[in-house]
Amino acid sequence: MAKTILDFEKPIITLEEKIEEMRRYSENPDIAQEIKKIEKRVNQLRQSIFADLTRWQRVQLARHPERPYTLDYINLMVTDFVEFHGDRAFRDDKAIIGGFGKLDSASVLLIGHQKGRDTKSNLHHNFGMPNPDGYRKALRLMKLAEKFNIPVVTLLDTPGAYPGLEAEERGQAEAIARNLLEMSRLRVPIVVVVIGEGASGGALGIGVGDRILMLENTWYSVISPESCSSILWRSWEYKEQAAEALQLTAPDLKKQGIIDDIVPEPPGGAHRNHEQMAKILKDVLLGELKDLAKIKPEKLLERRIEKFAKMGAWVG
Amino acid sequence: MAWFKRSKENIESETQRRELPDGQWRKCDQCGEIIHKTELGQHVYTCPKCGTHFRIGSKEYINCLLDEGSFKEQDSKMRSADPLKFTDTKKYRERIPEAIKKTGLYDALRWGTGKIEKKNVVVAVMDFSFVGGSMGSVVGEKISRAIDRAWKTKSPLIIVSSSGGARMMEGALSLMQMAKTSAKLARLAEARIPYISIMTDPTTGGVTASYAMLGDVNIAEPGALIGFAGPRVIKQTIGKDLPQGFQRAEFLLEHGFLDMVVHRKEMKATVSRILSHLS
Repeated sequence: MAKTILDFEKPIITLEEKIEEMRRYSENPDIAQEIKKIEKRVNQLRQSIFADLTRWQRVQLARHPERPYTLDYINLMVTDFVEFHGDRAFRDDKAIIGGFGKLDSASVLLIGHQKGRDTKSNLHHNFGMPNPDGYRKALRLMKLAEKFNIPVVTLLDTPGAYPGLEAEERGQAEAIARNLLEMSRLRVPIVVVVIGEGASGGALGIGVGDRILMLENTWYSVISPESCSSILWRSWEYKEQAAEALQLTAPDLKKQGIIDDIVPEPPGGAHRNHEQMAKILKDVLLGELKDLAKIKPEKLLERRIEKFAKMGAWVG
Repeated sequence: MAWFKRSKENIESETQRRELPDGQWRKCDQCGEIIHKTELGQHVYTCPKCGTHFRIGSKEYINCLLDEGSFKEQDSKMRSADPLKFTDTKKYRERIPEAIKKTGLYDALRWGTGKIEKKNVVVAVMDFSFVGGSMGSVVGEKISRAIDRAWKTKSPLIIVSSSGGARMMEGALSLMQMAKTSAKLARLAEARIPYISIMTDPTTGGVTASYAMLGDVNIAEPGALIGFAGPRVIKQTIGKDLPQGFQRAEFLLEHGFLDMVVHRKEMKATVSRILSHLS
């Protein structure tokens, strides 16, 4: 697959390529010296570009086709993974992956939206857009985790729940609603991480938990900037403005009191180093699960309900 | 000179033009029947000829559901705080007072306590006329308080929905109202207090995908549009015309997502009968 380079990444990539080229002559001490200088410049440039990213640029990073997806995290973070299939009612939805794995020594249930990397795998995973069967599979597995007292980790990365005819016939709304209710009272710890796109109800459908985290370059909102633009501006052209208006980045949601923490990404974004990203996330998850394991189920549920009850802003 | 000359009389329309004086008459959009205001009230805002259910406000709905004079409204002046300072083609800060002025409401939902055939209930009713019945922080908080009240007083909860979905102008906070209301409903369910959800035209998006679909009993009015994605979006996605009656109340009943479709005239008696079993 062709490498995807976003516009604002270009100056960084150009310098990096130059360094690569110079490395071939690195026996020469002058050049080695020069490489060090340029490396320093790259780091400064990267820092300044990433410090000033617009909200729309974050959306672009969240959608970067080389970003790690759920299965990449599973491969890099856990051992002994066993994937489970199907909702026991209609079929197996491949837009949501679920199974048990070991995070260091303890079992966890991992559930996440799954996108594809090329046309074929995208069709297989329906571009990460679940049907009701996906949400019902997720719930079935969560109940299984509850039965055996295993904590749950969900990874959110979807452009939305699939808006299809059959999805409506089989109750897309009911499936999502049911998950929101049941996840609120699941008697095991749940950690939710937005790893890419958190588009509306399709993301939230596996997004209720005790700790809500977002990776640094992700977005989470009630609607995508494009759809928001088409409805409020009556044109697809205002996506940048819509992204600004929606305040959908990780720092925005932290400010709004929705998420607990922001998980830092490797320099240049998660897509530049899958291994490092997975290592960072794994350490964060281990810490979170260790803390949550100390809380008794009754207390955990009370806190979970109160956490969401506090969200909102009103007068009077 | 004309080439052809009409040999017969001019074609005349069968229907006569009827003038509708302001406010006194209403035309049914479905069958064209013209209904006088007093008759409209008697038929609880449905067409006496074809049965079409007209969209009504929370005030009218409360009148047809609760015992006369029993409703006590709560938090009537709660309004949006515009947490994002949201601006599209217009400022949300300006849109809210305009909507308040236009509708006489402060947001898209009214809640309070009342009685149905002498039984104490907590009710929350949405208003589609206020920013498309969209759910933002105020709707979420009011629903949440209604559930808390039902929980504390062990009274059955009834929510009447009509909504275009979550309110864009409050971003992710609107989305979180889905989780907030559903979490509170989980607590209500644990306490074994009945919750009846009534869906009216239209109930779509985030409202359907949270409290509207979570009733112990799900009821809808005839012909109400109920769904997650809007019909236009689905049509765009699949590139085909949608079948007749798709996403209508009867379609949802057929597919197993509603317990019943009930005429507005029968709603109060039906709810009362259900509550006689569940509480």
